Amino acid sequence: MEETRPVKIQVRSLSKVFGKQPKKALELRNQGLNRSDILEKTGQTLGLSNISFDVFEGELLVIMGLSGSGKSTLIRCLNRLIDTTEGEIIIDGENIPTLGEKALLECRRRHFSMVFQNFALFPHRTVRQNAEFGLEIRGVDKVERQKTAQTALTQVGLDGWEEAYPNQLSGGMQQRVGLARALANDSSVLLMDEAFSALDPLIRKDMQQELIQLQSKMQKTTVFITHDLDEALNIGDRIVLLKDGEIVQIGTPEEILTKPADDYVRRFIEGVDRSRILTAESAMRPVRTTARDSDGPRTALHRMRDHSIDSIYVTDRDRRLIGLLEAEMASSAIEAKSETITNHLTQDFRKVPPEEPLHNLFAMFSDKSFPIAVVDEQQRLLGVVVKGAVLDELARAGEQ
Amino acid sequence: MDIPRIPLGTWIENGLNWLTSEYSLVTRGIARFTQTGINSLNDGLMWLPEWALMAMIALLCWKVASLRLAIGAVAGLALIWNLGLWDPMIETLTLVVIATFVAVLIALPVGIAAALSERLYRLIMPMLDFMQTMPAFVYLIPAIPFFGIGSVSAIFATVIFSMPPAIRFTTLGIRQVPVELIEAADAYGATRRQKLFKVQLPLSLPTVMAGINQTIMLALSMVVIAAMIGADGLGSEVWRAIQRLRPGDGFEAGIAVVILAMLLDRLTQSLRKTRR
Repeated sequence: MEETRPVKIQVRSLSKVFGKQPKKALELRNQGLNRSDILEKTGQTLGLSNISFDVFEGELLVIMGLSGSGKSTLIRCLNRLIDTTEGEIIIDGENIPTLGEKALLECRRRHFSMVFQNFALFPHRTVRQNAEFGLEIRGVDKVERQKTAQTALTQVGLDGWEEAYPNQLSGGMQQRVGLARALANDSSVLLMDEAFSALDPLIRKDMQQELIQLQSKMQKTTVFITHDLDEALNIGDRIVLLKDGEIVQIGTPEEILTKPADDYVRRFIEGVDRSRILTAESAMRPVRTTARDSDGPRTALHRMRDHSIDSIYVTDRDRRLIGLLEAEMASSAIEAKSETITNHLTQDFRKVPPEEPLHNLFAMFSDKSFPIAVVDEQQRLLGVVVKGAVLDELARAGEQ
Repeated sequence: MDIPRIPLGTWIENGLNWLTSEYSLVTRGIARFTQTGINSLNDGLMWLPEWALMAMIALLCWKVASLRLAIGAVAGLALIWNLGLWDPMIETLTLVVIATFVAVLIALPVGIAAALSERLYRLIMPMLDFMQTMPAFVYLIPAIPFFGIGSVSAIFATVIFSMPPAIRFTTLGIRQVPVELIEAADAYGATRRQKLFKVQLPLSLPTVMAGINQTIMLALSMVVIAAMIGADGLGSEVWRAIQRLRPGDGFEAGIAVVILAMLLDRLTQSLRKTRR
């Protein structure tokens, strides 16, 4: 399915050596020596080795790795802030490593906008002038670039801050300016180099959320660098996992989590602090009342009235969940002179295991407002989650 | 065994003689041109009544710096006027202004070039060391055959002596622009020129201004010394006081120099601070 999507950037057997005799280092690598051997023998660092991957049109690709994995080098090779040693990077038919000086400038202007870890805003320019920078470089006329910059600033929620200087803004707002500068440029690819890593956790989550929203609206091809697995899993359509300058695994977040390529990835996933991941259990409330399958419709309706609810979960004698009874259905059962409720149950509700991640529950509330049932492996009803509780729990987690 | 003395002095003299004879047309031209500049600025400043110039300087101090500096400037200038040193003060000011102007005009492009090219940087830095550590008087000697006795020679020597800090600070200012800002400019496809004018120069401006401040101070100290080769101004008042052994006159002229120095220093420093 993915393979049919148009490819925006093709990276093929890309390598980068930091040192004076890169050919020699690559020769040694081809003989099968590893990074530290090459460093010892030649004093040169093999920054990236034989990297190949595609970036699909409109996807958010996360390149993730620990420090020293080569991820910052890799993103800088894409727009050639760092020259590559060998390999191809093809964007719209152009091979970036072989472009002449003029063509390279043109290519950077047309294709790439970059957001930096430490914002890299120009301190002598106002917020608006910062947002205009890319357009100004391209020679767009003043009226038009002001308009475009304003739109971008509105998109990131910086209305009213146009005339401020970067040092008057908080870190989160500064990075919004960085993002606006990139968006205003309207290039075909967005490069984000640890864009949220310098922000505190709360603001970081917000920014991730906003990026996801922007992304769903704009479908901009984005390459996002991070060292944080949580972040990668949260925002990435696909993840490229780097280790010591080589690719360990490429896949969707689910694939990385469920089918780790090797022990390194497995250890990485285990490294995720599980206590910080919120589950359905943490937001679950005990069920105030349930109906039994042996109850008649009148009894069930009576219980609903007592607790002012308009639907009730129905269990069997082992507390196994068998269905949901709505108040209307109970009334019609009474009218139909039915003695039992089992024929009037609906299965149109959601049930989740207690370890279900909390953010998954959000989507489930959209259709009907029944509380979500939390059941164990034996289908026993453990509790329910109502919409407000999810929000509460997320907010409280944010405060910590 | 006798090691023959290296005739370094003779070589330099021969070189200077050759320069003087070959380029006398050029140096005369420069001398005439510069002299005209000095004269017109001098005449202009002296044509103004003392109180009018004082008022203008006070206004400038107030606008650029503070009311305090404006009051100080008026008091200092009034003292100079009262001591009868107004005209020499104007002459000194003229020399400083012109020498600084020429020095900065040369220093800015050279400083920028040295910041952008590592090779030029390595070439220029030892030259600056030479220019700064060579005793200032030595520049006065070749200035005379080039430009004759008087103010033009004084300006020549002053420019050479006072230029190094402006070059150094310009280079420093551009080199200390954070790499990530250069990277950001590159990432958006800026040409070298765009990078220089939109990022490097604006960000190095405070440092460049500090260099210009230093240049002005050095220029002031040099134009005083240049009285030895016939430059007019406060320096020649001091020089005359030395020759006649009149410490009172000497100190009066010296105090006038101090007042002028403080005024110029505070003014250029606050110019630097008002910039972002």
